Amino acid sequence: MKTDWPLWEVFVRARGGLSHRHAGSVHAPDATIALRHARDTYTRRMEGVSLWVVRSSDIAASDPEQAGPMFEPAETKIYRHPTFYELPDAVKHM
Amino acid sequence: MENVLFTYALRLGDDSLVLGQRLSEWCGHAPTIEVDLSLANVALDLVGQAQLFLGYAGEVEGKGRDADRLAFHRDVLAWTNCLMVEQPNGDFGRTIARQFLFSTWQKALFDKLALSKDARLAEIAAKAVKEVAYHADLAAEWVIRLGDGTEESRTRMIDGLDWHWRFVDELFQTDAVTDALVAEGVAVDPASLRPVFEARVAAVLAEAGLPEMKLPRPIVGGRKGHHSEHLGHMLAVMQHIPRTYPEAVW
Repeated sequence: MKTDWPLWEVFVRARGGLSHRHAGSVHAPDATIALRHARDTYTRRMEGVSLWVVRSSDIAASDPEQAGPMFEPAETKIYRHPTFYELPDAVKHM
Repeated sequence: MENVLFTYALRLGDDSLVLGQRLSEWCGHAPTIEVDLSLANVALDLVGQAQLFLGYAGEVEGKGRDADRLAFHRDVLAWTNCLMVEQPNGDFGRTIARQFLFSTWQKALFDKLALSKDARLAEIAAKAVKEVAYHADLAAEWVIRLGDGTEESRTRMIDGLDWHWRFVDELFQTDAVTDALVAEGVAVDPASLRPVFEARVAAVLAEAGLPEMKLPRPIVGGRKGHHSEHLGHMLAVMQHIPRTYPEAVW
């Protein structure tokens, strides 16, 4: 039975204004039931106000073998972090 | 003279508690971990409702019995739940059939009970109706999938519904308790829920490709404490710890 059901990735929005974040995955026969399983598995403790599910097989993922060319070039570019500026006191939540 | 408000609140609480206990028997046994969690969630909602209804019943009665006292120290003949909720789980199809029929009825009931002239009943129903709307929807989705699934799932869904049809009429029964409280605007007239219930059941069965509801000769009596043999066994499991250790606390 379990092997018949595809896997779905679950994304939860914790509250309005925040983006959906990956919470985990559930097995379900279709999207409608996947949403209900996601609700019952990942929002039992008031974790969210909105849910997305997407079939795991529909996600295009980067190849771990290619992690070097993909991600290492960014390591030497610390200037991309905006850490060289002094923030005025009036600016909050940066 | 019988305290009708006590009896009415007790019935509401007993329905929820017995079904909540039944559903929690699935814990660790459901077809998948996701279904396990979803049935347990429904069970917890129902137990929460029972706490509120039984707590209120105890207050109305005024004899010092709280929700726990009513739940764990009452013998089977004093239980007033409808017969449907005490039915054994059977397979997943039968559990879903019971949930679909009961939650569809309970949704129609709480929609109206939320307008009760009794503020406490109205408040509990208004809180619970959101939970019950989800239960009814979840169960309906499963009825559709099992009914419109494989030959085996369809057969099991039909068997599950066939088990429960005889307990449907009891949900709409009126008696002296409901008559008295309906007149005061406190209780919902059970008979008035029938059209909503039948329309919803017919729509879901049609979508599931299942045969229409055909009710056999009804079996009734739960509201008067005339239960099937199953309830006593269930209560024995539910009550034996608090009865063995009456002073035990968490």
